[in-house]
Amino acid sequence: MTAELGLAALWLAAALAALQVAMAALGLARGQAAPTAAVRPIAIVQGGLAALAMAALIALFLASDMSVRLVVENSHSAKPWLYKFAGAWGNHEGSMLLWVTILGLAGGAVAIFERRLPERTLIATLGAQAVIALGFYAFLLAASNPFARVSPAARDGLGLNPLLQDPGLAFHPPTLYIGYVGISVAFSFAVGALVTRDVGPVFAKAMRPWVLGAWIFLTLGITAGSYWAYYELGWGGWWFWDPVENASLMPWLAATALLHSVTVLATRDGLRAWTVMLAVVAFSMSMIGTFLVRSGILTSVHAFAVDPVRGRFILVLLALYTGGALALFAARIGTVRAGTTFTLVSREGGLVLNNLLLSVILGVVLIGTLYPLVAAEFGVQLSVGPPFFNAAAGPIALALMVAMAVGPLLRWRRDDAAALLDRMIWPIAAAGFTGAGLVALAPPGVMPLLGLSLAAGLAVASVLPVIGRNPWRTPLFTWGMVVAHLGIAVSLAGMACDSAYTAETLIAARVGQPVRVGPFTVRLDGIKPVIGDNWSALEARLSATRDDDTIVLRPQSRFFADPVTTTSESAIATFRDGQLYTVLGRPDGEGRWQLRLWWKPFVTLIWFGGGLIALGGLLSLVGRWRRERRAAVREAWA
Amino acid sequence: MSPKHQRLTLALLGVAAIVAAALLAMSALKDQASFFYAPSDVAKQGLPLGRAVRLGGMVQAGSIRRAGDGVTVHFVVGDGIATTPVTFAGIVPDLFRERSGVVAEGHFNRDGSFTATNLLAKHDEKYMPPELAGKMHETRTLER
Repeated sequence: MTAELGLAALWLAAALAALQVAMAALGLARGQAAPTAAVRPIAIVQGGLAALAMAALIALFLASDMSVRLVVENSHSAKPWLYKFAGAWGNHEGSMLLWVTILGLAGGAVAIFERRLPERTLIATLGAQAVIALGFYAFLLAASNPFARVSPAARDGLGLNPLLQDPGLAFHPPTLYIGYVGISVAFSFAVGALVTRDVGPVFAKAMRPWVLGAWIFLTLGITAGSYWAYYELGWGGWWFWDPVENASLMPWLAATALLHSVTVLATRDGLRAWTVMLAVVAFSMSMIGTFLVRSGILTSVHAFAVDPVRGRFILVLLALYTGGALALFAARIGTVRAGTTFTLVSREGGLVLNNLLLSVILGVVLIGTLYPLVAAEFGVQLSVGPPFFNAAAGPIALALMVAMAVGPLLRWRRDDAAALLDRMIWPIAAAGFTGAGLVALAPPGVMPLLGLSLAAGLAVASVLPVIGRNPWRTPLFTWGMVVAHLGIAVSLAGMACDSAYTAETLIAARVGQPVRVGPFTVRLDGIKPVIGDNWSALEARLSATRDDDTIVLRPQSRFFADPVTTTSESAIATFRDGQLYTVLGRPDGEGRWQLRLWWKPFVTLIWFGGGLIALGGLLSLVGRWRRERRAAVREAWA
Repeated sequence: MSPKHQRLTLALLGVAAIVAAALLAMSALKDQASFFYAPSDVAKQGLPLGRAVRLGGMVQAGSIRRAGDGVTVHFVVGDGIATTPVTFAGIVPDLFRERSGVVAEGHFNRDGSFTATNLLAKHDEKYMPPELAGKMHETRTLER
């Protein structure tokens, strides 16, 4: 019954999305009141129905209804409840349903809360939103019905990929999807503004919270995904330039550029066409991300679908939406009048530089990610790996950091290069001092040295805008910028420390044998079998000693029965100055056990910085919201 | 500068950025174009010395030898035409076994052997690294 209810809700939601498009088109073309008035309620109900379908699917997974094909193929009645719950989107159909649910809810939220935009622009925005949703409804109903039944019903189900059996699954996909969908809302705003020829500060102010929100979630999703890969894969690496990682990085890069240009448009009425273009690019990137991850074109833990029809379907959607948006952009951009001007050395100039550098990085990552796929179409098998991305994107990223240090110290409209140099004295001194100190004490490689010096300079430069100001009278969004930029510096420092100062030991150790790694002495105390909910494991007991402090770590080698797999569960001890990372290998047949140990100084800064970046976004979001509310109150009084 | 000029300048800068990205990516890709090697490619194209590459193929039957230190393994990767001896120090993946697909990351040595820093074995019975599936397919048609 639940499955049929879910399917009915999905069909109804699709029908309402079609109605929403029709009403919006009618309202815009004829300017009639009735269809225009209908768009908002339709958008709200459509979002509710999509959420109902998602709730039905989650209920089916929680109840382990083995007459539903999706549950049989991806769940197991003996699984812990959290993985049954999260398992609802740990597969192709469920994840697409989650996508469209978030999209529907976002459309509903726009319909309820958006009051700034002119009515016509809002209607066009909701219409664009419904066009996007319609494509995904069609995809779900035609090619990936999550509610299909099997007959006869199965007994236990096939189980969930053990790599996905991790609490991270409950948060990682929804976080990224909220980010993707937030960008699609920003894109819909851009389409709406293009349709009604209304590109200006009002549109930018309406779009900004969605861009900021999407960006916060993408930042969190990437940070969490990176930490997840770090401890789950047991390789000690935190970024692999895997196409799936790139699929989340590319929308983030585009959203970061958009975030900065939308501020110029909202406050200075500049960069109009550029901002709209970036919204189109950001949306295309999130569609490419969905395509890469969901089409089965890549073989990875994320690729659930191996059905070529589905891949082609998403590719067609991608081409239609991106092509349509670009066509609209080309047709309408002539009517968008140029905004205000500025000189090269100015805050605007700095933001343009930021946008250009981000675009170049985005282009490099995009080419590196798509090149092997395109080559494969021509029968050439090749892969592009970390050496390419590090060599091509690394130097530009460092240049971007320099721009980031300088940008916030520039004045709007016009500034003086000599005065700027004056303001940059402290950051430059910090960078130089750090660099010289490192070379004298513990010389790292060239790139880590550059990275650490830059991180120091950037950290100092980031806080300069609030130095000497009353912290309580400084706007919250200025604090947001400071915290986010500081987060980049912190993260960069973590990356550079990890690549320069990591100590690694690989050994086959006997029980009782001490092993050195970095400042630690690790002793293998023993190995014992352990039984979990749906796995069994061999667990090592390691005691790690540094300066008379001893802690115990328990890495495991886990065996899953459904489906048959072994995974290694690393054990990580976190200290104020870094992490001790331990992995248990296999016995060598002579009473020894393979151990892989890393001492990674300050590696945690990478994800701590990611958290700071997201926090900066949040502060900025709240700050803008408060300022606008105050302005609204003032208007009401006037 | 008039608004129109400023706009033109920005558009040109945008185009320049895209061209720069493409040029940068292409020049870096030229070195990377052959990042993935099968043993028979080495015979055809010569040794790619001094850079990080991937080597893919099947682990030959009876070729896995474990060294006395308990962490180093020696094995031979073949693609049906040629073979390459590989040395790897580390924890081998769970699905690493003989007569099974493997992708090794590392570098070639002057004597034609390969030193791996990382091994990727197939995830399950269905999984095969896409590059490897292609190579295997090629090889099979060649043999026929």
